[in-house]
Amino acid sequence: MTRIDFMQGNTACAEGALAAGCRFFGGYPITPSTEVAEHMAVKLPKLGGVFIQMEDEIAGIASVIGASWTGVRSMTATSGPGFSLMMENLGFAVMTETPCVVVNIQRGGPSTGQPTMSAQGDMLQCRFGSHGDYSIIALSPASVQEMYELTIRAFNLADRFRVPVFLMADEIIGHMRERIEIPDSVPREERRLLDKGTLPFHAGSDLVPGFPQFGKGYGVHVTGLTHDERGYPCTTSPSVHEELVKRLVAKVESARDEIADYRVTNPAAEVVFITYGSPARTVEQLIHDHPEAKIGHLRLRLVWPFCEKALGEFPDARVFLVPEQNLGQMAREIERHTSVPVVPLPKLGGALHTPGELEKAMEIWR
Amino acid sequence: MTYTEWLREDRLPHIYCAGCGNGTVINCTLNAVDQMGWKKEETVFVSGIGCSSRAPGYIMTDSLHTTHGRALAFATGIKMASPDLNVVVFTGDGDLAAIGGNHFIHACRRNIDLTVVCMNNQIYGMTGGQGSPTTPMGALSTTTPYGSREPTFDLCELASAAGANFVSRWTSYHVKELTRAIHNGLKTSGFSFIEAAVQCPTNYGRRNKFRQVMDQIEYFKTHAVLQQKADRLREEGKPLPENSIVVGEFVHRNRPAMGVKR
Repeated sequence: MTRIDFMQGNTACAEGALAAGCRFFGGYPITPSTEVAEHMAVKLPKLGGVFIQMEDEIAGIASVIGASWTGVRSMTATSGPGFSLMMENLGFAVMTETPCVVVNIQRGGPSTGQPTMSAQGDMLQCRFGSHGDYSIIALSPASVQEMYELTIRAFNLADRFRVPVFLMADEIIGHMRERIEIPDSVPREERRLLDKGTLPFHAGSDLVPGFPQFGKGYGVHVTGLTHDERGYPCTTSPSVHEELVKRLVAKVESARDEIADYRVTNPAAEVVFITYGSPARTVEQLIHDHPEAKIGHLRLRLVWPFCEKALGEFPDARVFLVPEQNLGQMAREIERHTSVPVVPLPKLGGALHTPGELEKAMEIWR
Repeated sequence: MTYTEWLREDRLPHIYCAGCGNGTVINCTLNAVDQMGWKKEETVFVSGIGCSSRAPGYIMTDSLHTTHGRALAFATGIKMASPDLNVVVFTGDGDLAAIGGNHFIHACRRNIDLTVVCMNNQIYGMTGGQGSPTTPMGALSTTTPYGSREPTFDLCELASAAGANFVSRWTSYHVKELTRAIHNGLKTSGFSFIEAAVQCPTNYGRRNKFRQVMDQIEYFKTHAVLQQKADRLREEGKPLPENSIVVGEFVHRNRPAMGVKR
């Protein structure tokens, strides 16, 4: 039986994590994400899991990666400044192919910025913030319901692709309270263990090696150095490095259409909004207020890897309008994939776009 | 079983320079681990970055070679999530006391059930000999070309003050004592810290008047002062001889610990 509840986005994220089987949380308090940690601190010990408040965010993500190697679904939650601190170890998770979930309840930056106000300024940082070439997966919820559902999906994607998966929410979604339906059971995709006798970093056709979980007798050496299929450091061979990095990127990018997750409204529209996170709510209001206008809306629930195919859902589009709580971070990415004009509608400071603002922007193109 | 059965022979030759003290510490550690009767599949070695931190790559267990300074935070996650695993951390003076200083303090405070072996060569060896928080005052390095002017950290005092259950220091000269200390650390519930002063002939010794490998080992031998003797001198109000390395078991206690096998 589905249970109806009324809760905050951050709490729904924690509930989703618990439902997904997350049993380790390592983190550091930071506004506006702290409720995720607080809820995990209450619930995890009762479920036989571990909550640990580390000395900083660097240690938080490090503990999560360590826990994950013992086969435990693990996560952390943070916001801008803490997210910046995590960058080096997130690169380590990419290089060592460690499944983990990182929740970023985005606030205004740069620096300490606006701790209690909403923003979407870390959308490129989550994709490119650590050094070197790599690829990750990022989801962006636009409701309390999606804080729950997409957190569960994040764990499944992390385990399947052995990559850090980001839940890129914003303060508005994190702190909003609304109705939520909690199902009896949730989809679960298990981490595939390494077949004994196979080299620990040898990947098959899906480009994802089996997981040599610690404590199972694999005797695996895991290093952030460039490594060969045995897992042994191999730092001066150009071909080993190139093959490894290209595989780490390809295992995510080659699945972009399959894992794509978006919602389409009025596909015949000529004027189309593209959103993720809280600006989607303003566009939904606008569509609700003007049903006759047939306003197009592409709402991305999975943001990275960006799915070019989604733009093709609007064959008659004359313009893509992209309201974001930043100066046009995803608009820049969208522009790369289409010949249709892309117009960023940036808004900083923490307030949502108003329907009036979006209507005005839209009128120019009608 | 003998300690040699813990080594990955297919990774030899190792990267350590001729005369490096790290091999001695690895041997002492594996001997101590072997004496514990631990199984390979129940044991994990963790490290950060630096010469010391390459050690887990030569050992036949599961091992995690992490980022600079963060080994203790990674190890905390492993041990808290799976307390049945035995977790040993290799680190060095730069990794532990400089970039990883905060994690060191907090791992001691939490008294996490880890054994940490620090190979203190008083220098950044892997990057070519820069000064570290344990480079002695006056010593030469590539970043202290006129002699270090910074006071040093006493890592054992730090660990003791921050709450570790077991703290001991020896040198690469004191092979039997070091092995016994690591063994006692492995047996102790909670955070065990063993500092091993090691020679670095390539990047410390040749700049600091230790022309031969044995010169620095001889220095360890002649400058080591047993903790009991150091205490006695202190009680008598007499100064310690200059450049003494106080060795022995400084702390062995039973404070409440975290991550202990259920």
